[in-house]
Amino acid sequence: MAALTQKKQDALSARLGGMTMPEGGAWITEARNDAVARLEAMGLPGPRDEYWRFTKPDTLNAAQAPEAAVLDHGSETPVFSAVDRIKIVFVDGVFQPDESSDLSNSGVEIERLADVARADIHWAKDIYGKIETLGQTPVERPHAVLNTAYATDGVVIRVAGKVEKPISLYYRHESATSDAYLHHVVKLEEGAEMTLLENGPAAARFNKVMEVDVGDKARFHHIRAQGRDHERRAYTAMFVRQGAESLFKSFTLTANGRLTRNEAYIELAGPDASAHIAGAALGHGDFHHDDTVFIKHDAENCESRQVFKKVLRKGAVGTFQGKILVERRAQKTDGYQKSQSLLLDDDAVFLAKPELEIYADDVACSHGSTSGAIDEDMLFYLRARGVDKDTAMDLLVLAFVAEAIMEIEDEGYAEEISERLESWLLRRRQD
Amino acid sequence: MLEIKNLHVKLEEEDKQILKGVNLEVPAGKVHAIMGPNGSGKSTLSYVLSGRDGYEVTEGTATLEGEDLLDLDPEERAALGLFLAFQYPVEIPGVGNMTFLRTAVNAQRKARGQEEMSAAEFLKFVRAKAKELKIDADMLKRPVNVGFSGGEKKRNEILQMAMLEPKMCILDETDSGLDVDAMKLVADGVNALRDEGRAFLVITHYQRLLDHIVPDVVHIMSDGKIIKSGGPDLALEVEKNGYADILAETA
Ligand SMILES: Nc1ncnc2c1ncn2[C@@H]1O[C@H](COP(=O)(O)OP(=O)(O)O)[C@@H](O)[C@H]1O
Ligand SMILES: [Mg+2]
Repeated sequence: MAALTQKKQDALSARLGGMTMPEGGAWITEARNDAVARLEAMGLPGPRDEYWRFTKPDTLNAAQAPEAAVLDHGSETPVFSAVDRIKIVFVDGVFQPDESSDLSNSGVEIERLADVARADIHWAKDIYGKIETLGQTPVERPHAVLNTAYATDGVVIRVAGKVEKPISLYYRHESATSDAYLHHVVKLEEGAEMTLLENGPAAARFNKVMEVDVGDKARFHHIRAQGRDHERRAYTAMFVRQGAESLFKSFTLTANGRLTRNEAYIELAGPDASAHIAGAALGHGDFHHDDTVFIKHDAENCESRQVFKKVLRKGAVGTFQGKILVERRAQKTDGYQKSQSLLLDDDAVFLAKPELEIYADDVACSHGSTSGAIDEDMLFYLRARGVDKDTAMDLLVLAFVAEAIMEIEDEGYAEEISERLESWLLRRRQD
Repeated sequence: MLEIKNLHVKLEEEDKQILKGVNLEVPAGKVHAIMGPNGSGKSTLSYVLSGRDGYEVTEGTATLEGEDLLDLDPEERAALGLFLAFQYPVEIPGVGNMTFLRTAVNAQRKARGQEEMSAAEFLKFVRAKAKELKIDADMLKRPVNVGFSGGEKKRNEILQMAMLEPKMCILDETDSGLDVDAMKLVADGVNALRDEGRAFLVITHYQRLLDHIVPDVVHIMSDGKIIKSGGPDLALEVEKNGYADILAETA
């Protein structure tokens, strides 16, 4: 590997200078040291790096987290508040035992990373930093490596069988200068099924990695609502490995935020598996939202589906980089990718880079990326029926996003997400 | 009910005059028909009355029960009781037909100071109206007009009309693309709504619709003007001889 330029070395030294590696037992210290070594070889991303042309990495690279005002939620209760769930709360990256469910008595094997890190040996060693390492090829993801090296906490979950209650990670942001690093590990044994919910603004700057090992025939559902503080920066990365006949479904709603970069690396390692990843992003003003998705088909007869919708106004920027890689052995692959933006005025910007790389011959892959305004004919049709312009616009925005929300299997969650979207649109009417 | 005086309309984007002095009065309780060759401006008239963007009124007026229509937003015109059954109903993926109907009905009730319908009331209402037009549950569940056949789209227009109970109904070529049975359904739907307080303006190419919806007055439109008006016989004359004679005699 080529040595880092002096500039990149200096940037990395500055970034790591203020960070301390948490104390830990043998297994995690090994994973962390490995991560530091990898990071020293790759450096932090620069604006000319292939997957950072649309998104400036500088605020993520900066040694100090840029300040971000804490949001006044007003009267709105957090998403999923009414759901009967196993709840785990982090405030600015710090676990809150009093607000969280009793993990020792939840019926599911849930531990804190901070706890399992103290052990010298733990099953998580086969996943922590391991699926993340797989995800460094073909494109490096230095911020995820940084996370593996320095994450202070997170949840470590292992499920067998079907978990009835969803496990819910609730984040809160209370300090304008917080810089939080969380790393979650989820392992679904053969045939297991669970739902993971995530919501809430997490910190002024948030770096989160989640590694998910979905065993054969296991089913993982993930529904996330990132929002709705305006100034935060977030880097999140999901690293997923799927066994035969497994299902992975992830949906993310993002509202607001100065910078949100959501990366996903999904490896379909066993035959007949299915991966669906979808997102709806709502941006207004100083908003930059980036989805960077890489799906690797490495086994026969797998299906993958990406549906990303962005609604942008008043200078908001949305970017999408999505790649489907089909290895030679992954015959009968069915890959679908759609990224669309709805630009509500002339200032909004959408940048997309859809890619297919196919080495098998018997595959069906499609991708489409579009960017457009509200359809005037549809708008007139609705208004001619007596629907006022604002309501008609909202209806069309919701219709635009509907295909992404449809990726949520559970109707209750889908409805709750739609309602949040509607209230976001309603609040925007006053602007 | 509807009064149009010396209406001149050009395209906003180009210097093209389309309506060149339309005069028309449709009293309450009456059915008027407009026939005319393709491109004579019939759809333009219906769009200008309902408030579509892209047209500029250069002269003349249009009022509904004395209220000036031309300065109002489309939704305000609808609230006053104007309804246009579109020649080409618009497909709206992602918006369920049922949601669309309920939003429209409640928007108009609200604008008229009536209480919104509850979900249960609405369901009963829509089911009854849909049944009369042989619109099945599946058509109500699908996104607005998406995947509908030509006939289904037109029936869906009439369903909206039946539910919104407008005062002034403009039907733009609602008969085109319909087979005889579908046309009968549509005509029955319209006839069921005929009453003292309601007026219709039926735009059509063919006399056959007027066999089912018998008009009080027939107007012939050509090149942006009404060039002749008469009784139902005028439609028969057009059917037999085409427009050539009428055009020649008024030229
Ligand atoms: N938006 C438009 N852009 C360009 N030409 C138009 C537009 N709307 C109407 N026209 C023209 O105006 C004339 C009248 O059209 P239209 O009202 O659709 O006629 P009709 O419904 O009688 O067939 C035609 O020549 C048509 O091409
Ligand atoms: Mg026409």
